[in-house]
Amino acid sequence: MSNVILSMRGITKQYRMGDEMQTVLRGIDLDVEQGEFVAVLGPSGSGKSTLMNIIGCLDTPTSGSYILHGRDVGSLDEEELSSVRNKEIGFIFQSFQLLQRQNAMQNVELPLVYSGMHTHDRTQRAKQMLERVGLSDKLYHYPNQLSGGQQQRVAIARALANHPTILLADEPTGALDQQTGKQVMSLFHDLNEDGNTIIMITHDIGIARHAKRIVRILDGNLTEGVAEDA
Amino acid sequence: MLKECLRMSWQNIKGNKMRTFLTTLGIIIGVTAIITLITTVEGATNEITSQFTALGAGKVNVSVSGTPLKRGLTEDDIQRISRIDNISGVDPSVSFKQHVASEGTLCEDVSIEGRSAAYFTDAGLIGKGRGLTEMDMDRYSHVCVIDTELNANLFPNEDPIGKELVISGISYRIVGMLSDENDNDVMRAMSLMTGGNSGGLAIIPYPSALRITGSNSVNSLTLYIQDTAFTDDTISDVEEVLNAAFNYRDNAWQIINLDSLLDTMNTMTGMMTTMLAGIASIALLVGGIGIMNMMLVSVSERTTEIGLRKALGAKPSLIQTQFLIESVMLSLMGGLIGIVLGIILSMLIAGWIGMTFTLSTGAIALAFTFSATVGILFGWAPARKASRLNPIDALRSM
Ligand SMILES: Nc1ncnc2c1ncn2[C@@H]1O[C@H](COP(=O)(O)OP(=O)(O)OP(=O)(O)O)[C@@H](O)[C@H]1O
Ligand SMILES: [Mg+2]
Repeated sequence: MSNVILSMRGITKQYRMGDEMQTVLRGIDLDVEQGEFVAVLGPSGSGKSTLMNIIGCLDTPTSGSYILHGRDVGSLDEEELSSVRNKEIGFIFQSFQLLQRQNAMQNVELPLVYSGMHTHDRTQRAKQMLERVGLSDKLYHYPNQLSGGQQQRVAIARALANHPTILLADEPTGALDQQTGKQVMSLFHDLNEDGNTIIMITHDIGIARHAKRIVRILDGNLTEGVAEDA
Repeated sequence: MLKECLRMSWQNIKGNKMRTFLTTLGIIIGVTAIITLITTVEGATNEITSQFTALGAGKVNVSVSGTPLKRGLTEDDIQRISRIDNISGVDPSVSFKQHVASEGTLCEDVSIEGRSAAYFTDAGLIGKGRGLTEMDMDRYSHVCVIDTELNANLFPNEDPIGKELVISGISYRIVGMLSDENDNDVMRAMSLMTGGNSGGLAIIPYPSALRITGSNSVNSLTLYIQDTAFTDDTISDVEEVLNAAFNYRDNAWQIINLDSLLDTMNTMTGMMTTMLAGIASIALLVGGIGIMNMMLVSVSERTTEIGLRKALGAKPSLIQTQFLIESVMLSLMGGLIGIVLGIILSMLIAGWIGMTFTLSTGAIALAFTFSATVGILFGWAPARKASRLNPIDALRSM
């Protein structure tokens, strides 16, 4: 039990649409252990992004409990949630979300700035992370001077920068061609081998198969799936 | 972390040069106006004040037109006035025009003034030699002081001291000469302005002047006030003496107090400064609204960026700080440019109307704090809006 780093019980999420309530998540139970590589698989509109926002502490559930790294996230205020996002979560977005006016190094340094790391250590760490994703020759390139795959690798380096508890990726290959998508997946694989815990959200079974464990989400319910299910 | 905020704000300001310029234009105009107005008005006031002070600070002029029975002030009246508390000196003056002669040269239309020793207490009045003394008065000494103009008319390029001057058949020895610039007598300054005194000036002891005119009364008196804080009280005392002397007749005399004139003028310029500064601060207000507008646009433009920063762990308070810094930077930039332009403009104006330029540190401090305040005040709402953005909505907009 000691290596369970994420534990959700009875998580629900409802949105008010005019007069009626729309239930998007209907009591999700999920445990993730240190070092796992989990894919959350589901069709469009099934509530994947909603779940990811809750896991990433960007959103709060309507009900249920969420323990992350031994902390009850539901009891934290806005400033504390910021610091949880900064230190525990490494976000990887479908559309990379790099700052266009900053170079690769500066983009990777951003979470380190918010955690208050000193300039010297920051530069070193950012360099290290960009080397880890194979971009040691593109440190000072700006996003528009990089290919999509390279941009996503910068984003991954940024997600890794603060040594987060969980790498949280929403459709990380959604904007990439198949070949580049494969390269990113193999990077995910290596990172997982290094001991990083990864939760990846996707609607693509082919991508989900790269994970060691697949959970399926359908109409707001979560079920353990098997990689063979099509 | 603050350094990062500064760097990021600067990057954004630099990235939109044209927009930055247009946004700060309001502040630039407002601050330029404030600096120019305050500096110019302050400079002009100082100039006028110092001229007035040179002319007549601590002096009160009494001018007597008299009554049919009594034409002017008698020696007794003058004694009575000089005994009033807080009057340090009384300078009666008699003046008329005469021709004078020296060493065979005749000079027409020379102003002859009879003065007392008190007149010569002003520092800087005498340029060469000495002034007239009490002893000269008592002894009806035949000595005189001339101005540079008369000197030029009679003895061009020569030292006049010790030479003799004949006025009404009596020879006066020249003992001193007035300094050139120092035209510090109000009445003479006024008569100069009206175009008199072309032949020069000779000052003799006033008892001697009274003998020449054959009169025994004086029509003009300058009183020297010891403590200018009590000038008004002293003037009331003088009024009492004058009323008694002229039997309470109206319009027999007039007192001109330059200090009170100066006070009135200072209040007026003060009011004018306040009013102009008020108008200029409206320009600043408009500038502030411009900055707020630009900041709001900037917040909506950067919704995704703000959302991302929040997702990566930027605290709402930090986001707010960053946007506040940006708006303060904008307004301070405008303020600094405005200060520089204002200084240049007021230098030009000072040069143009021919007065000395003095840098008003008060105006600069005012403009600086004003523009910083505008930045904080008008940046606050947009910064708060940014800090409250929901990162999910922000990121979804991509
Ligand atoms: N803020 C919101 N207000 C109302 N309804 C919402 C809101 N956010 C999401 N929903 C609804 O919740 C459901 C799930 O949305 P979500 O974004 O989680 O789907 P998804 O599984 O990520 O889909 P996709 O694969 O297309 O990204 C949708 O029906 C959506 O309309
Ligand atoms: Mg989604």
